[in-house]
Amino acid sequence: MTHLQAIPLWLAVPIALLLIFGSVLTLLGTIGLIRLHSFYDRLHTPTLGTSWGVASIALSSMLLFSWLGGRIVVHEAVIAIFVMITTPVTLMMLGRAALHRDRAEKSPLLPDIARRTLGSEDHPQVSADVSPAGRAPNPDLRG
Amino acid sequence: MRRLVPHPLLTVGLVAMWLMLTRFSLGNLLLGTVIALIAGWAMGALEPARVRIRRWDLVLRLALIVPWDILKSNAAVAWSILTNGQGGKRQSGFVCIPLTLRNSAGLGMLSIIITATPGTAWLEHDQHSGLLLLHVFDLRDGSDWPAFIRDRYEAPLLEIFR
Repeated sequence: MTHLQAIPLWLAVPIALLLIFGSVLTLLGTIGLIRLHSFYDRLHTPTLGTSWGVASIALSSMLLFSWLGGRIVVHEAVIAIFVMITTPVTLMMLGRAALHRDRAEKSPLLPDIARRTLGSEDHPQVSADVSPAGRAPNPDLRG
Repeated sequence: MRRLVPHPLLTVGLVAMWLMLTRFSLGNLLLGTVIALIAGWAMGALEPARVRIRRWDLVLRLALIVPWDILKSNAAVAWSILTNGQGGKRQSGFVCIPLTLRNSAGLGMLSIIITATPGTAWLEHDQHSGLLLLHVFDLRDGSDWPAFIRDRYEAPLLEIFR
């Protein structure tokens, strides 16, 4: 670990902060994945890790190895970009699978705008609807 | 020339990326060029629709506001997880948004933006009607989600991929 001593303090502090920030976000994302109850809510939390989680860990790694290697290292940027642009594929697949199942089962958890197929004639043209996760819908949000 | 290099921008970009990922040398330049050419032919064989970017200034603007929005959303969702949905007051829900954007590259960009933002999840999009179904992590702040998505992301994307 002696090469880490070659890092000056002014650079070590942002590297450490970025690393901690990214790891905390990723950790919170995984905690949310366990603790939230609805599947749709759980879709949101892993994106903490795939957005600024991976971005700030990659940034701190780029800073560290650019300094140590004496040249600009961009490998991590490529990793971060690929993580970011491939996430929608899996996330949409999971979301649509859940939606498909809930529609087939006529789940009471789905509000009207989500229950009907998009674009079908009986699709209600309301702009927003709060899911009845044990709570009354909020009339203010109905367009 | 078109036959040999069907996607010049992609090929040049791949060579540049190859050289950045390795150390610059003649061998790496040759190897990177060969790989980039093959990738260009593969792309040509797939015959994707040509993407034409009309407004680079708006691309730059989006590249600045999107990371900032994502950071704010990260903070909001992280805080909500820490405080257990602010004591159970958080209300998630579905939002349906009619889009005018039809360009597939634009829709692809929009899906990346919406998915990378922790507060929103893209669930379904109907190409025929242009309706988009989102799931929003916290609807309580009362913001007008359809107007927000339309004005902040869809409008610049419409201009960029016009």
